[in-house]
Amino acid sequence: MSTPLPATAAPSYLHDGYSLWSWITSHDHKRIAILYAVSITAFFFIGAVAAGLIRLELVTPAADAVDADTYNRLFTAHGVIMVWMFLIPSIPSVFGNFALALMIGARDLAFPRLNLLSWYLYAGGGLFTIAALLLGGVDTGWTFYTPYSSIFSNSHVIMTLLGVLIVGFSSILTGLNFIVTVHTLRAPGMGWFKLPLFVWAIYATSVILVLATPVLAITLLLLAAERIFHIGLFNPALGGDPLLFQHLFWFYSHPAVYIMILPAMGVASEIIPCFARKRVFGYKFMAFAIIGIAVISFLVWGHHMFVSGQSVYASMVFSVLSFMVAVPSAIKVFNWTATLHKGSISFTAPMLYALGFVILFLQGGLTGLFLASLSIDVHVTDTYFVVAHFHYIMVGGSVMAYLGAVHYWWPKMTGRMYAESWARVAALIIFAGFNLTFFPQYLLGYEGMPRRYHTYPDQFQVLNILSSSGAAVLAIGYMLPLLYLFWSLWQGKHAPDNPWQATGLEWQTSSPPPVHNFDHLPDGSAEPYDYTPDRAVQQ
Amino acid sequence: MSAGLTLLPPSASAAARGTDALFLTLVGLSALLTCIFVGLIVIFCYRYRRSARINRDNPPSHARGLEAAWTIAPLLLFLVLFAWAARDYAVQSRPPKDAMQIFVVAKQWMWKAEQPNGRREINEIHIPVNTPVKLIMTSQDVIHSLFVPAFRNKRDVVPGRYSTIWFLADRAGEYLLLCAEYCGTDHAEMKGRVIAMQPEDYARWLEDGATHPGLAERGFRLFREHGCMGCHAAASTVHAPELSGLLGRRVHLSDGRNLIADENYVHDSIMEPQKDVVAGYDPIMPSFKGQLDEEEIMAIIEYIRALNPDQTTGERR
Repeated sequence: MSTPLPATAAPSYLHDGYSLWSWITSHDHKRIAILYAVSITAFFFIGAVAAGLIRLELVTPAADAVDADTYNRLFTAHGVIMVWMFLIPSIPSVFGNFALALMIGARDLAFPRLNLLSWYLYAGGGLFTIAALLLGGVDTGWTFYTPYSSIFSNSHVIMTLLGVLIVGFSSILTGLNFIVTVHTLRAPGMGWFKLPLFVWAIYATSVILVLATPVLAITLLLLAAERIFHIGLFNPALGGDPLLFQHLFWFYSHPAVYIMILPAMGVASEIIPCFARKRVFGYKFMAFAIIGIAVISFLVWGHHMFVSGQSVYASMVFSVLSFMVAVPSAIKVFNWTATLHKGSISFTAPMLYALGFVILFLQGGLTGLFLASLSIDVHVTDTYFVVAHFHYIMVGGSVMAYLGAVHYWWPKMTGRMYAESWARVAALIIFAGFNLTFFPQYLLGYEGMPRRYHTYPDQFQVLNILSSSGAAVLAIGYMLPLLYLFWSLWQGKHAPDNPWQATGLEWQTSSPPPVHNFDHLPDGSAEPYDYTPDRAVQQ
Repeated sequence: MSAGLTLLPPSASAAARGTDALFLTLVGLSALLTCIFVGLIVIFCYRYRRSARINRDNPPSHARGLEAAWTIAPLLLFLVLFAWAARDYAVQSRPPKDAMQIFVVAKQWMWKAEQPNGRREINEIHIPVNTPVKLIMTSQDVIHSLFVPAFRNKRDVVPGRYSTIWFLADRAGEYLLLCAEYCGTDHAEMKGRVIAMQPEDYARWLEDGATHPGLAERGFRLFREHGCMGCHAAASTVHAPELSGLLGRRVHLSDGRNLIADENYVHDSIMEPQKDVVAGYDPIMPSFKGQLDEEEIMAIIEYIRALNPDQTTGERR
């Protein structure tokens, strides 16, 4: 730091020791958030390289860039890394860790040591996954369907399973920590309906993490038992049932989709009111919608299995429940839109990301209706239509919101301002590149191109070229924030305590915050999002 | 097609056009909703931009009536969509009773089909148009999924059980046949063709290839070679269930359960005879696991199906 700190101020958390050791043994939720931020960024770029190679291979119908076995390992690595090493921990572990305690006026999470253990579990699990990759990879797809994964695959299935299992425990402990923190450490006066919606979203996500992740752990252990000890669970040759695996896997993995999207909804609900200078529209509806989504998310897993051979009646129940989960999601889009009405809107980078999130989430949600419709799902399941749909939710939704959160809380986390014009340009490039990459995939899917295809019939080439060129634009878009954010750490302007004139408690402390967050215990009795259009932002 | 930019792939059945109708309705609905919401976002962002001088008095923070309306309206719309799609799905899931049957065995990485008269094909399935065709499918190894985009239909092909898919092609032609469930190294090469022909062409084609014995004929031979007749023949001294007219019959089991005998039941009875023992019989049947492959079991099932209820096991048709 070039400017000396005022003698009276408590040292910021960034200045509480400079050695690597002081970071990797820190119990401070803010430092642990930074540890997560660094590690998930590394995983994001590893997963992105795999995606880049996939798109490169698919430029032509024939096999040329990589061979079939390599291709299968690439899409598996992409899926495993992006789901478990990036998306699931992304917003909860970085911004849940950094902002949650600050937003409710707490000095730290309820269990600081457990929090550090969570990061070690995450990093350890990640290393197993990387080791599996370096030893030759795994080729089952991130879904590990049996009996392919339990007997037929000659790749590092067990090593990858172990990695995912360990990362799962990190999720469980983090979720537990957040739940206890929200219950016990809210500032005086902060009732449940005074919580920022981000806190509601992280709370609901944590409940899913704690309830669903153990099922994943059990499923993976059963799969390992079949693979290693030949205990017949899923393999029909041993008397097992392959569909049982799918039920167990999706019982976790469908709620996991909401683990990835609920925090993103929370982020949008922070950013949009702040830059529209308006109270979020229908606060209580928004909070209840979050809870509604979390509950129904446990009851829709069978919509992944409409053609697998489950009974017609089961499929109908899962279909109608899948439509039900779309209702609270629709409410959220309506309310974000209504929040803009009579606002005083400024288009900072976080706001651009948040608006991009709403538009792309709307697209992903609408195509979700296609997939919930039984007869259409029969045609498009396991095609690129599904690939496009979940990328609109996961990348268009979650990653856009994650980047929005990075920019929104960057001044608070680092004490520096990022380069605003660069950030706006990057947001627009990412939005354009994303649509160019994934929109053609909807068309490809309805045309009938199956997913996980290394080669494809000639008629699919034009759309594949469009998609791959979009991926190139997207790659540039993702590199930009890495560069200008890194640059801002040294060259950025010093950030004021509340650069956005935002209302949350996290903005009442200094940027970056002191080790114990607040010099005085903050008052939590203010209404959330108490914005008025006339109180303009000083930029 | 060559441009690759058509919205809809070729269709070859009424069911496919039904799916397209719902799909296009949803495309229209999505376009409308996108226009409304993206339009509103753009309008609000322009009208209420920071520098605009505009009346911002009394901004609403909530509106119970409006919120209730936009909760209930999508709910009702979604229920209509559900009912429409579910009706089509129910039709797709239930093959007509008179459907012609073709057996399909999937294995890494090929499709093997066996026509009713025993003509065998690899990566091709010939079918007559304007005739309901039911495929009875199983897998020799991992899960595959039979996908014909022109019929807008697919079905997982799972080892250890039979799954069925049916269609009624109404346009002659060649259609892409794909594997849609990831099944290992050459998943993307597990492609083939469905060739829909006029019934008379199909009949001619079928006759051309009738050099092999029919499927039931082959089943009879296997039935004899594997010694099944030693117990199941009417004249046998061993007490074993009579098999004629078995498929579709209600079977009472020794543990009190009862079921309708279908292909899965016969398959399991051959491979895992202790699983469903018929009431009144001793569990003495040995397992034929490892001795019969999926295609052979299908042939035996076809032989059993071909036995009339008034015939006894062991007789030739």
